[in-house]
Amino acid sequence: MPVFYGTEVTSRLMLGTAQYPSPAILADAFRQSKAGIATVSVRREAGCDKAGQDFWTLIEELGVNVLPNTAGCHTVREAVTTAHMARELFNTPWIKLEVIGHADTLQPDPFALVEAARILTEDGFQVFPYCTEDLILGEKLLTAGCEVLMPWGAPIGSGLGLNNVYGLRSMRAHFPDVPMVIDAGLGLPSQAAHAIELGYDAVLLNTAVAKAGDPAAMAKGFALAVEAGALAHAADPMEPRDMAAPSTPVLGKAFLE
Amino acid sequence: MKITVNGTATEVAAVRLDAILIELGHGDAKVATAVNEDFVPASLRATRELSSGDRLEIVAPRQGG
Repeated sequence: MPVFYGTEVTSRLMLGTAQYPSPAILADAFRQSKAGIATVSVRREAGCDKAGQDFWTLIEELGVNVLPNTAGCHTVREAVTTAHMARELFNTPWIKLEVIGHADTLQPDPFALVEAARILTEDGFQVFPYCTEDLILGEKLLTAGCEVLMPWGAPIGSGLGLNNVYGLRSMRAHFPDVPMVIDAGLGLPSQAAHAIELGYDAVLLNTAVAKAGDPAAMAKGFALAVEAGALAHAADPMEPRDMAAPSTPVLGKAFLE
Repeated sequence: MKITVNGTATEVAAVRLDAILIELGHGDAKVATAVNEDFVPASLRATRELSSGDRLEIVAPRQGG
């Protein structure tokens, strides 16, 4: 199972906690997913609503590792301040670092991401950077102190799957010893299986489960998919070929006119 | 004095951050704070004084992806 900053997790599935129809459905989806990590966020709270405490109680009952994010941050300063607030609230050095660079695609700003990762690493954070499949960006994030890389599959919430399989395969080959997670863009369990078959250690998703008609059933589908993907990756898959090759022996076939 | 709390102009009587949080109803709630975009740890709230016009952010755990 994947090891992130010295912590071995129990599943290759990391699941978000947003957009579920109800807290009960969220909890049911998590049970079915067997996810070992839940992503969470920090948001403004008024003195009268106490929603934060209720949500925190729900998450504690799930019994999973918590990975806070800096979702929605567009600048280094915003991301760093949000990370500090998250560390205090969730009592973990883990931070899923998002520094968004484009409003439509929600793709990361690679320059701000590297700078924020460097600052946070020096402050003792263990950074999980939401990045692209760019190899140079990956190298600079590792140099900045990251020990995990999380390239996107496709834009957040799009459900498009693995948009650049070649690029993701190259990244896996280029950083063979770095724990890597496909983060964002997955819509179906088959896409998660593909990511794990490519050698990725885990997948991180939210919308695909939360917005499914039956989130718990979809969560179970993803749980089975990542297990299937891991079995296939470990089983040394056959090489694809362009020409057909009969699987039934030709020798011994009856000659029938 | 008038400060901005989570984007809304707000009149507060207290000056110290810990007292402002109590005044705004947060008491011992699980919240984190930033003043003028800089994080203020819980351990420093008792000594952090705010001035008129300061921007206070108060956040709590929420759902996230």
